[in-house]
Order: sequence, then structure tokens, then C-alpha cells
Amino acid sequence: MLDRLKKFPYEEVVIPILAVLLALLVGSVFILFVGENPLVAYKVLVKESLGSTRNLATTLQRSTPLIFAGLAVAFAFRAGLFNIGVEGQLYIGGFAAAWVGFTFTNLPRVIHLPLAIIAGMLGGAIWAAVPGLLKAKLGVHEVINTIMLNFIAFFLTDWLTIGPFHGNTMAPETGRVAKTAAFTRLYPPTRLNTGIYLALAAAVIVWFILWKTKLGYELRAVGLNPSAAEYGGINVAKNLVTAMAISGALAGLVGTEQILGLHNRFIQRFSPDLGFMGIAVALLGKNHPVGVIFAAVLFGALQTGSAAMDRLTAVPRELITIIQALIIFFVAAEYLIRRMIRHKGDA
Amino acid sequence: MVKVLEMQGITKQFPRVLANDRIDFDVNQGEIHALVGENGSGKSTLMNILYGLYHADAGDIYVRGEKVQINEPRAAIDLKIGMVFQHFMLVEPLTVAENIVLGSEVRRGPFLDYKRAAEEVERLSAEYGLSIDPHAKISDLSVGLQQRVEILKALYRGAEILILDEPTAVLTPQEVDELMEVMRNLRDKGTSIVFITHKIREVLAVSDRVTVLRRGKKVGTKKTSETNEQDLAEMMVGRVVLLQVDKTPAEPGEEVLAVQSARVRDKLGTLRVNDVSLTIRSGEVLGIAGVEGNGQQELVEAIVGLTRIESGQIIFNGVDITGWSPLRIKQAGLGYVPEDRHKRGLILDYSLADNLVLGLHSEPPFIKRLGIRDDKAVQDNAERMVEEYDIRPPLPNQLVKRFSGGNQQKVVVAREFTRNPELLICSQPTRGVDIGAIEFIHEQVISQRDQGAAVLLVSAELDEILSLSDRIAVMYNGKIVTVMPAHEATEHKLGFLMLGGNLEDYQGEGGNNSVR
Ligand SMILES: Nc1ncnc2c1ncn2[C@@H]1O[C@H](COP(=O)(O)OP(=O)(O)OP(=O)(O)O)[C@@H](O)[C@H]1O
Ligand SMILES: [Mg+2]
Repeated sequence: MLDRLKKFPYEEVVIPILAVLLALLVGSVFILFVGENPLVAYKVLVKESLGSTRNLATTLQRSTPLIFAGLAVAFAFRAGLFNIGVEGQLYIGGFAAAWVGFTFTNLPRVIHLPLAIIAGMLGGAIWAAVPGLLKAKLGVHEVINTIMLNFIAFFLTDWLTIGPFHGNTMAPETGRVAKTAAFTRLYPPTRLNTGIYLALAAAVIVWFILWKTKLGYELRAVGLNPSAAEYGGINVAKNLVTAMAISGALAGLVGTEQILGLHNRFIQRFSPDLGFMGIAVALLGKNHPVGVIFAAVLFGALQTGSAAMDRLTAVPRELITIIQALIIFFVAAEYLIRRMIRHKGDA
Repeated sequence: MVKVLEMQGITKQFPRVLANDRIDFDVNQGEIHALVGENGSGKSTLMNILYGLYHADAGDIYVRGEKVQINEPRAAIDLKIGMVFQHFMLVEPLTVAENIVLGSEVRRGPFLDYKRAAEEVERLSAEYGLSIDPHAKISDLSVGLQQRVEILKALYRGAEILILDEPTAVLTPQEVDELMEVMRNLRDKGTSIVFITHKIREVLAVSDRVTVLRRGKKVGTKKTSETNEQDLAEMMVGRVVLLQVDKTPAEPGEEVLAVQSARVRDKLGTLRVNDVSLTIRSGEVLGIAGVEGNGQQELVEAIVGLTRIESGQIIFNGVDITGWSPLRIKQAGLGYVPEDRHKRGLILDYSLADNLVLGLHSEPPFIKRLGIRDDKAVQDNAERMVEEYDIRPPLPNQLVKRFSGGNQQKVVVAREFTRNPELLICSQPTRGVDIGAIEFIHEQVISQRDQGAAVLLVSAELDEILSLSDRIAVMYNGKIVTVMPAHEATEHKLGFLMLGGNLEDYQGEGGNNSVR
């Protein structure tokens, strides 16, 4: 037990928490600026995001896609890859899931839903494996290719939505997904759905893959020291592609949950930058599945609470965007915090 | 005699390791003070405390008689303390002058004044006999020259107390001599130097006083002139050390490795290995002597499958393994201790236990079904190896980067030796390890040989080549110039051949041996 405690990664936990606290502190200066009492504003924020079952459900619903997105970024990062393409991958994955959802109409639920989910994962995986392959074979940096593929994904799904798969409404959206392929709402009228279970399961699976399997051992080795990994008989190229594919599958789940759980149809450009939020979530969560869950819930809560704060106080909702940015700033400025808490343990 | 530095009662506790235990240490103005001790005895820790990287739990530091508080390197630099680390911290694409200016910018208005910086570098370099071109790019410089840039950087910032942490570990013997000359020069101009090393020879050659640490405690400080090799070795290890390997004559068996007319080019297309052929039998050690950079590294990387060979063949146990992947060759029975343990041998951010299975991680017993790891097997393996190879501290879950340099080397050796490979390739196997560990690693190499392994040893240390090898090949400019039985070789003769001399021209120790 004592050994367990010793192994607890204090620094990995303390730094993000301090980053959040510092961000709130700096945020309160802004609040004072608009003539509100920071304590009052933050109290509203907490109450409206976590204060009742209904608020909590809304928070969790907003956290769900952020968990998937954070896991996607974190997984690639563990293998030394920076996947900025989650945004594009989630559109491809989302569309694939939607397509299975509205194309097949008389499948039983036990087949239809899993099929749609798998399609979503596959779509994202393929979209992400391409830059992985280009990196492994030609050494082209994944950042460039994932960004380019983002644009291709946006325009491709735009065209699919307005063109061949346009539904029978005026809006730029496809037809409805069959009920048999939709996630179940857990706490109406909030839109919290069974996707949250899938997100939590994904976190456990990611953790298991990374730390309990040969694949994870190899992926992390490639991320930490590709030269030594290569000598250790690890096929670096293969692992880069695998890591990107799995990261893409997780990204595909972001879109899948949004389509099958919220919108029930593919809507053109439905994502409020969820893929990019994933980068922030992974950063704050220190690329660990548990950290990602906490970070996603925090960001989900901030978003949920901000609307109420906007309504009930003089603080505009943009404050939350500022606070999110500040959190990222302080996590990135880890060195600064490290010096503030410099304790006897040292480096 | 003026004490420029005095450390009193320095204590530093790491989780479960007392790295420094009430250590007193002082340095006089204009002296070279050697700091020696086994791996993990606390030398780097003590110096990192002085440089403000670690904080002592207890103890005081006096610089030029005044009590000081050094909380960060900045403070150390302000006190005119400079440190050259074992692993350099230079920005490769930049020039010497640019690197030196970094962090201590010479300004002219809002711009950096490179011109003045370059002049200053030139002046310092001439004053201390460093011969460095301020406009050279770091990436074009040899390791030895890069190290001088680090020294120059410290001097440029006004260092009067210079800490050199194992500066010789990465140098060729020739470069070591040059470095010692530079150190003497600095000392004569008034600089005080703390010199960390594992080589007693170097301590005796260049230092004025020597302090020995063992397991975090100070054993003593002596005047170098009042001590000797055996005495220092005993102080370091705490027992009598065999400075000579004792081994029986080899009993070579079947041919295990045959390299046939191998040619290897590096990334830039330069021919590094030029038509090399060699064979090694089971039960013998073939040593390759040569000044570093003459193709040894490329030859070894080609054999282990890390680089492609352009032409030629590599036969292992009668099978042509040319073009095989490193994993396949490893599984066929190769053990390899790479030259650069940080780059090739270890994953520093993995635990000791995880590093000890690198390369074996995909086989049972470490993998159960479906690619799932058996954590217990990994742990048990680590505990066994820690015991068998005396890796200290014995903490399987500690990250390898937290181990001292010599213990990191033991990790690689332990992993590569325990499988009793049929072919064992050791590149600089004792670089940066203490004499106790050298003795241990040497014994292990010989015991592998006696169990029937074919051993290929590459080393810049002629002592090591001479004491371990049964046959010695000399490599020069990408070619094997000679192969001779070990008993026909002497340090002098090898030195002559390594610099490009011809065997027919060799006229013995006293002769006039000019290399054409
Ligand atoms: N950051 C750290 N965390 C935990 N333990 C550490 C850390 N740094 C060093 N140690 C431990 O402190 C002890 C002293 O290490 P140190 O690096 O000072 O040894 P050293 O004398 O420089 O050895 P070497 O000759 O091998 O470089 C070792 O047991 C090492 O494992
Ligand atoms: Mg050290």
C-alpha cells in the first residue's frame, strides 16, 4: 500500500491542478474588471454545471466528445505523434456512422448500432492512417498531412451532405439515422446518452493497451526513443501507422457520438472545434486516460456553466474561453509552475 | 593557499537513496581537484548541488570565503562557477560563436553583437590554447571539439571555478591528452577545476589533489603526489581490485560470424567500411582496435542489422543474414552492447524493469496470450538481474534516467548477456563505468567466451583490447589493416598501426616509426 502511494505521480497531478487554479485566479481579475465579484461568478459557474443532477448530466454530455478527442490526441502523442487531424477524422468517422445509420433501416439494434460504431471508428482510422503511412514511409511530418487532410475532410463531407446524401429538409444535413442505430438518451431532456459509457470504456481500453500489452510497450518506446526501439527489434514504421490508426478510430468516435447521440443525422460542420479541444484536453490531462477524463469533465463543466454565468451575472461567456486558454497557457508553462512548487524532491 | 570553494556537510536524500551524506569538499585557487568514486557514489549529485540544479537538504557552501545560497544555475554563473555536463547542451545547427552567445547575449542596441562575440571567442580560444574556429558549425565538430566549445562557453561567462563531469568518457585517447593540456593551461592561468573521472591514470596525470567518494560518503582527500593507482582503486571500491583480467587461452571452435567483403556507406554517401572481411569463432574474442571514426561503428551497425550494407555478405552460423531486421538477428542469437547507450541501448523514461526486457518483450515469458504483458514475469526478471549484476539502487520500478551512468551501462550489459548469445558484440562496453564495474564486465565477457560465445569487441581503450582479446584486428580508414594474435600485439605497435602505419614498416618500440 505504501509502495502504491510512493508510486503516485504527484507532479503529474499537482501541475495541472495548479494550472487550473492559476487560470481561475487570473480569470477573477477579468471578472473584477467587468465589475462583478469573482466569488459570486464562480459560485454560479459551479452551481450551474454541477449543482443539480440535470446540470451534471449536461456537463457529462458536453464532456463525452472531449473524452474521445482527448484520448485520440493523447494516444498518438504517446507514440511521439502530434495528431492535429482529429477534427477531420471526426467528420469522416461521423459521416461513416451516419451513413450506416440512415442506409440500413431494418436491422435489429444489436447489429445496427455496433455496425454504425465500427464504421465510425474505421472512417477515422483510415483517415488518420494515411498521414501515419506517409510519415513511416516517406518521413513527411504528420502535422502537415493531418492539417491538409482536415480540409479535405471538411469539403468532402460538405459535398456529401449537400450533394448525394442530402436529406429532405432545407438545411445542409442528411436524412435521419434509424432509431436502431441511435444511442439511448439517459436523462431527458438533457442530451446525455449512452455514448458516455463508450467514452469511459475507451479510456480503460486505451490505458490497457498502453500499459498492459506488447503493442503499448512498443508504441511508447517508439515515442520515447525511436533509435533504441529500433534496436530493440521494434518495427518503428509499423507502430507509427498503428498508433495513428488507433488515434483516428478514437477521433472517429467523437463524430459517431455526436451523430448517433445528439444530432441523429449528419449536419454539415457540426463540430464546434471538438478535435482542437482534444489537444487542450490531452495537454491538461498529461496524455493519461485518467487525466483526460478529468480534463474533459472540467472543460465540459466550464462550457455548461458559462451560459448560466452569462445569463445570471455581468460576466460574459467569453470569459470561459479566456480561462480555457489560460489553463493551456499555464500547463504549457510547466517550467514556471515547477519553480513555484520546487520542493525537496527536485528534478 | 586560497580556498575558492568550500562545501561543508552537504547532504542530499533522494527517494530511498542517500546520494550525499555529510560531504566536505574544497577547492583551492588554481588547482585541479579530481573527484572520483564508483558509479552512483554521488559525484554528479554533489556537483549539481554546487551548480544549483539540486538543492542540498543540509550543508553550507562558501565561495571565495563567503557563504552563498545557490538556488539555480544563474546564481552559480554569477558566482563564476561553470559546468560542462557529460551530455552536451549545444544547439547543433548554430555556429560556435552563436552557441556561446546564447543565454549571455552580447548586445548592440536590440541586436546581438555576433562580431564582438566571435572576437571574444577567438581571444579566449587563443589564450587557453583551445584552437576553436568561432564560425564553425557545431554539427561539423568532433565530440572532442564540441566539448571544448562547452568549456569555452563556461569561460566566456567568466567561470573561475570549472566543473568537468566525466569529460574524458567520450574522448579518444588522443583527445584526452589534448584536454589535459587545456586543463593544465587553465590551471596555470588561475582557474580552479573540479575533474570527475573514472580513470585513475588521468587522475594521476593531471590532478593536484583527489577526493574519493563511496556510497554517498567521503572516503578521503589526498595529495595526488602522495598516492598511487592501487591505493586509489582500493579507496574507491573498498577492496583490492584486480587491475588485470585473468583468463585462460582461448579454445576456438566453429566459425560463428563471417563478414565477407562488406562495404557500408553512411547517410551522406561516404564509404565508411571498405571491403572488410573477418571471421570469429565460437570461444574467442576478436578485438577491433582503431581511432574512433574509422568505420568500426558502421561495421558493427551493419552486422547487427541497423544499417544496410552496400555489397558483401554477413554469415551467422552458416546462414546468410545480410539484410535481416535487427529483431530477427537478435532472435537468431545476437547480443549487442551499443556504443551510445542513451541513443541505442536504453529508453531513459522507461523503468529499469521495462528496459531489461527491451528486445525480449515480445516473447514468453514476458507476454501471455494475445499480446498481453505478464507484469509479474517482467518484475521477477528485473529482480533477478539486479541481484546478479549488482545494479544499484535495486529498484526495478525506478526510471532508468535516475540511475547513475555506470549503473545504466550495467543494465544494458545485464540484458544482453543473460541470454547467453552465440554472438556477442560489445562496443565500448566499459565507457563511463567505474573500475569495480569494469572488472565485473571484463569477467563477464570472458565467461561468455568460455561458454562458447563468439565475441566482437570494439574499444578505444587499448588496455581493454589487449587484456580481453585473443586476436586483434586494426581498423584504419574503413579497412582492416592487420589481424594478429593478441600475444604479438603491444600498445605501441597497435598505436602505430591505428594511425595508418604499415606492419612491414614497424621497427619495434625503440625504432624510428614514422607513419607515411
Ligand atoms: N533525480 C534522481 N532521483 C533519484 N535518485 C537519483 C537521482 N539522481 C541521482 N540519483 C541516485 O543518487 C545516487 C548518486 O548518483 P550520482 O549521479 O550522483 O552518481 P555518480 O557518482 O555521478 O555516478 P556515475 O559515475 O555513474 O555517473 C545514485 O544512486 C542515483 O541512482
Ligand atoms: Mg555522474
